[in-house]
Amino acid sequence: MFDSITLYHLELYWWFIVSLLGGLFVFMSFIQGGQTLLYTLGKTEDERDLIINSLGRKWELSFTTLVMFGGAIFAAFPLFYSVSFGGAYFVWMAILFCFIIQAVSYEYRKKPNNFFGHRFYETLLFINGSLGIFLIGVALATLYTGGNFMVNEMNLSHWTKSSYGLEALLSPFNLAFGVMLLALSRILGVLYFYNNLDEEHIELRILQTLKNNSLIFLALFLWVVGMMLFQEGYNYDEMTKVVNVESMKILHNFLAYPILMLTLLMGVSMLLYGLYRALNQKQKDAIWYVGIGTILAITTLLFVLGVNHTAFYPSLADLQSSLTIENSSGSYYTLSVMSVVSLLVPVVFGYIFMVWRSMDKTKMSIDEVKSDPHHY
Amino acid sequence: MMEHSELLIDWSRAQFALTALYHWLFVPLTLGLTFIVAIMETIYVKTGDEWWKKTTKFWMGLLAINFAIGLATGIIMEFEFGTNWSNYSWIVGDIFGAPLAIEGLMAFFMESTFFAVMFFGWNKVSKKMHLTSTWLVAIGSNLSALWILVANGWMQHPVGMHFNPDTARNEMEDFWAVFFNPNAVSKFLHTVSSGYVLASLFVIGVSAWYLLKKREVLFAKRSIIVASSFGLLTSLFLLTSGDESAFNVAQQQPMKLAAMEGLYKGEERAGIIVIGLLDNTKVLGDEKAPFHFKVEIPNALSFLGYHSLSAFVPGIHDLVYGNEKHEIMSVAQKMEKGKLAVEALSDYKKYKKENNSQKAKEALVIFEQNQAYMGYGYLQKPEDAVPNVALTFYSFHTMVGLGTWFLVLFIMTLYFAMINEIEKKRWLLRLMLMTLPLGYVAQEAGWIVAEAGRQPWAIQDLLPVGMAASNVASTSVMITFWLFAILFTGLLIAEIKIMFTQINLGPKGGH
Ligand code: HDD
Ligand code: HEM
Ligand code: HEM
Repeated sequence: MFDSITLYHLELYWWFIVSLLGGLFVFMSFIQGGQTLLYTLGKTEDERDLIINSLGRKWELSFTTLVMFGGAIFAAFPLFYSVSFGGAYFVWMAILFCFIIQAVSYEYRKKPNNFFGHRFYETLLFINGSLGIFLIGVALATLYTGGNFMVNEMNLSHWTKSSYGLEALLSPFNLAFGVMLLALSRILGVLYFYNNLDEEHIELRILQTLKNNSLIFLALFLWVVGMMLFQEGYNYDEMTKVVNVESMKILHNFLAYPILMLTLLMGVSMLLYGLYRALNQKQKDAIWYVGIGTILAITTLLFVLGVNHTAFYPSLADLQSSLTIENSSGSYYTLSVMSVVSLLVPVVFGYIFMVWRSMDKTKMSIDEVKSDPHHY
Repeated sequence: MMEHSELLIDWSRAQFALTALYHWLFVPLTLGLTFIVAIMETIYVKTGDEWWKKTTKFWMGLLAINFAIGLATGIIMEFEFGTNWSNYSWIVGDIFGAPLAIEGLMAFFMESTFFAVMFFGWNKVSKKMHLTSTWLVAIGSNLSALWILVANGWMQHPVGMHFNPDTARNEMEDFWAVFFNPNAVSKFLHTVSSGYVLASLFVIGVSAWYLLKKREVLFAKRSIIVASSFGLLTSLFLLTSGDESAFNVAQQQPMKLAAMEGLYKGEERAGIIVIGLLDNTKVLGDEKAPFHFKVEIPNALSFLGYHSLSAFVPGIHDLVYGNEKHEIMSVAQKMEKGKLAVEALSDYKKYKKENNSQKAKEALVIFEQNQAYMGYGYLQKPEDAVPNVALTFYSFHTMVGLGTWFLVLFIMTLYFAMINEIEKKRWLLRLMLMTLPLGYVAQEAGWIVAEAGRQPWAIQDLLPVGMAASNVASTSVMITFWLFAILFTGLLIAEIKIMFTQINLGPKGGH
């Protein structure tokens, strides 16, 4: 059905989809970021209820995107799914535990007789928002710094460190990436509240929190992107597929594909403009600028790892085991079937957008939450 | 290739079983209750009667409590194929990953988006749009069941793919063959209808409790009528689709069928055991009778499995040691061929690397001749091909026995509810209440039949569990096993307490 499309095209397309899901996930992590601010922004019980209910109507978006991300990787890059999840076992398990505990917390927090008490569920939400996002950042960062795995001639893999992924926490770059993502999710969370809530007391606290997190984020972002561009990267030969280390590989990729440089710059500018709009102009629509900027920037930073013959998941244990979009993908047939399925994506976004537009017509206030018969 | 330690495999299996069994405590109720709620809301929209709205909202509240923990236990399932079955993920990921990804895109987003409307949209969107959302949640959750069961059906009966020696994995060849796999079709129909039955039992059980307490009488009686009609209809369908499932098992997984019935020596005109007590000292190959006692319906198994009263049904002994008369190859023979395939494949790889294309070609020919038995090449001894007979047998009989009882119960509840005498039949109310946990027992038993009965295969005849697991230290899996056990048990306790409290508050109480 796609006669003129080669396997490589499909692999690129799917790497793009996976990167886009990554970008979307980071945008939707406003939910997690928001969860970490429950006590920073909400000083009374009513205010906290308001915050929980405001997030609670959308919490499944980031959760479901994470699930989707897993499914897309499984179908499109099964070797990555196999190597990374089965190898960096403890990191992924820790991430999953952080998300398991989120799923019940909204619904159970204020229910009478909930066994653990509401503080417990609030703590779970905090762990999900902080540790969960931080660890996802660390896991994403290992795409740049590599993992300790080996793949044999039958494409079966094993990890060479008995810490099964936790050793990633020793790399400053990985840590910085995690904290950066956490700060970004808190920025997004704050801006979401700014847009969604209608309570003056909270607004004052919002701007202060925004300022603090923006500073942390910008400092780390500069450092992380600087490192990415200038540190060594992993190139593979087009013909022989042999992997070798190349200095400033990511920078070369950007130079080879100026369009990616452009989308990154656009993303970053929108993000900065959004922050300016919120902090200086007190505009409530800032979330859209920062949000779209985030999607553009993160998607580009992930996508750039798959182009220009780059190993997107380098192996620290055995260079030639490194994963590339070519050696880790599904078959031509499967990728084309999945590409047809991916045409559904706009439909899904379409209905999510329409539903939320009709649900969010009015801003949320404490009075509204109290009068709603079903609230968290 | 990579052989794993027994310990690692056991912990990996235990963890998968634990998490799947927990997930399955919540899924069937969601599958069915979403429909029951949608039917109730439809009555509300059609009649405009506020009473139905309140009823709908009450059951919806219970649904939400169940749904949340269903999501919590579900997310781990999605990733566990990677974390704990990473060889599996590579060897069959090209086929198996697709339905999982499609499930996420088609079903989960639909469910989660419209779920929010269903809960928070009562005053925000029109009645019509609200009703549509409720139906979409029901359809979405059943779609997610569809795709995951397509994946599971494929493990039980792999079709639509070929093995690619260069990548050393199975690759998809025909998506529609995977989708319309007869095993997947019957699995889907049987499993979702089991969810409808469970949800009916749930509504009936809770309503019976109110009637026993003499509370919410009108509410309970009306709910019983809706639920018993739905339950009666769907359990008839459940039995039919169960029969279809057994037929598929007979064709595709004869060893599982033999274990389900404790049939050691194959027979023509084989019967079905109604009740039986297995002799647990029996070992394969000895001359002992497998049962201490049994009550049997003659010819029924031949009919169930092959749709002919006189068909030969092979027993465990025939399947392991072969049966010439019925042209059944022994496992030992299959293992021999399988070992040839495994060796040829690794030779092929070696020669390919050395650029010796002549020898590589020869190796490939040998591989292709024996490829169908490759999975057997990884078994240690023929007896490994036998699943746990007692577990499979008792689970199967528990499920079937309970299924029959549920049908009888639905007939009684519908009858007495229609003639409006149900409140007076306290014995029946008690039975209704007591049957609710049995619904869960039947559910879990069904999965144990399906999954334990296919051992040692992760993918039938193609990939034994020993090859499928991730190469991690068994202590790592042990640690996560216990973490899951503790976390899920804690959440389950919380869920049950919340559920009971909400039921006690009743439809008029809080939320
Ligand atoms: C309320 C629950 C319930 C009830 C009453 C029944 N089943 Fe069932 N059964 C299931 C719930 C279930 C299930 C949990 O949904 C399973 C597990 C996997 C599957 O496909 O469905 C299942 C599996 C399953 C299998 C194994 C399929 C396989 O291995 O692929 C067979 C042969 C049957 N069932 C047959 C029956 C028959 C003949 C029943 C008649 C009385 C019956 N079931 C009642
Ligand atoms: C939610 C319902 C399910 C339940 C309750 C369930 C139950 C079980 C049980 C009891 C085992 C352990 C079998 C044994 O080791 O003896 C198992 C194993 C397994 N099941 Fe399921 N299962 C479910 C659904 C599925 C589905 C839908 C799939 C695939 C799509 C699946 C894939 C597996 C795998 C890969 C294993 C591990 C390998 C093995 O031991 O066979 N299960 N499951
Ligand atoms: C072993 C394979 C399975 C995997 C990988 C899996 C995965 C998941 C995941 C990730 C979720 C959370 C969904 C969300 O983000 O909205 C979920 C929930 C759900 N799953 Fe499973 N699941 C498995 C077994 C099953 C089976 C066998 C069925 C049905 C027959 C099923 C039906 C559902 C439904 C209806 C939900 C949503 C509602 C609820 O959880 O109560 N799942 N599952």
